[in-house]
Amino acid sequence: MSLNVVPLHMLPAVVPAAEGGGEGFETPGVANFWWPLFGGDGAFAFTRPALVLLISVALIAWFFVGATGKLSLVPSKRQFLVEGTYNFVRNTLGRDIIGSKDFLQFLPLLFTLFTLILVNNVFGIVPFVQYPTFSRLGFPLVLTVIVYLTYHAVGIKRKHGVLNYLKSLVPPGLPTWLKPILFVLEFLTYFVIRPLTLALRLMGNMLAGHLMLLVFILGGEYLLLHGDNIGLKGAGILSMAFSVGMTFFELLIEFLQAFIFTLLAALYIADAVSEHH
Amino acid sequence: MQGNIAFLGYGLAAIGPGIGVGLIFAAYINGVARQPEARGMLQTIAFTGMAITEALAILGLVFAFVFQG
Repeated sequence: MSLNVVPLHMLPAVVPAAEGGGEGFETPGVANFWWPLFGGDGAFAFTRPALVLLISVALIAWFFVGATGKLSLVPSKRQFLVEGTYNFVRNTLGRDIIGSKDFLQFLPLLFTLFTLILVNNVFGIVPFVQYPTFSRLGFPLVLTVIVYLTYHAVGIKRKHGVLNYLKSLVPPGLPTWLKPILFVLEFLTYFVIRPLTLALRLMGNMLAGHLMLLVFILGGEYLLLHGDNIGLKGAGILSMAFSVGMTFFELLIEFLQAFIFTLLAALYIADAVSEHH
Repeated sequence: MQGNIAFLGYGLAAIGPGIGVGLIFAAYINGVARQPEARGMLQTIAFTGMAITEALAILGLVFAFVFQG
């Protein structure tokens, strides 16, 4: 961990010196994530993440439809991978959390969420694509809206009506004076905090991870090419080398975030499905 | 040196959730080490707790971007 201290300390020292020389270091920011491809520069522009998302959908469809079209008793490598992914989502995320009685009807949703998020996250470090789609809030927001509508609809259906559903938010067996306070808290959790954090967690992790890679690579490149002495150039090389390590760390985070998003979606659905609470 | 005080504030705001998430997973690991068969149940509880705790850090990140202007 001592490696990352070096370039971060060096950067502020470099910037004023470079400003005197004409060209300064531009810190990467959120603006680096705005990539309109065509259709103007406004809200309806077709952007790079939209293209990446379309590619990922085509890739997932080709992969799974192609693999399940010719299933064999002795699985090929591709079928093994498909079965492994499906088993993981089915058993770890579906059966263990939602419960063996109800999980099958939610499996398509969970499997779609998991594969879509996983492929799009991993695209963040695939060469030539290198854009984590879910670092733009609009994309995780759509997935969150789907999960949000699903678990509320299931909850209202299972608890027989909106009023009963709202009543069921408060756990039973509480003193009367505590109930209104807890109802407000639970209501906020179910209707505001959960969707907000579900979308923002994915977006924040992808944005922060990619931004960190940008800082290390661009900062390292700047130190290497524009550093005044051998120490700064060395720090640039260290920063570039460290970014390779951070890329592998990003891979871990990308898997983890796909897992956590699907896990939380399953948890919320399990909450709605359960009879008690 | 240029910068924005909002992100310093985010750094401070992330301390609490960081400690909280650490405590949650420490307890989870402890629990699984003592009773490996309870893993599935503990995992659910641990991730629910983490989701709630991490919400504070995520709100901090968003507010840092909102108030940076």
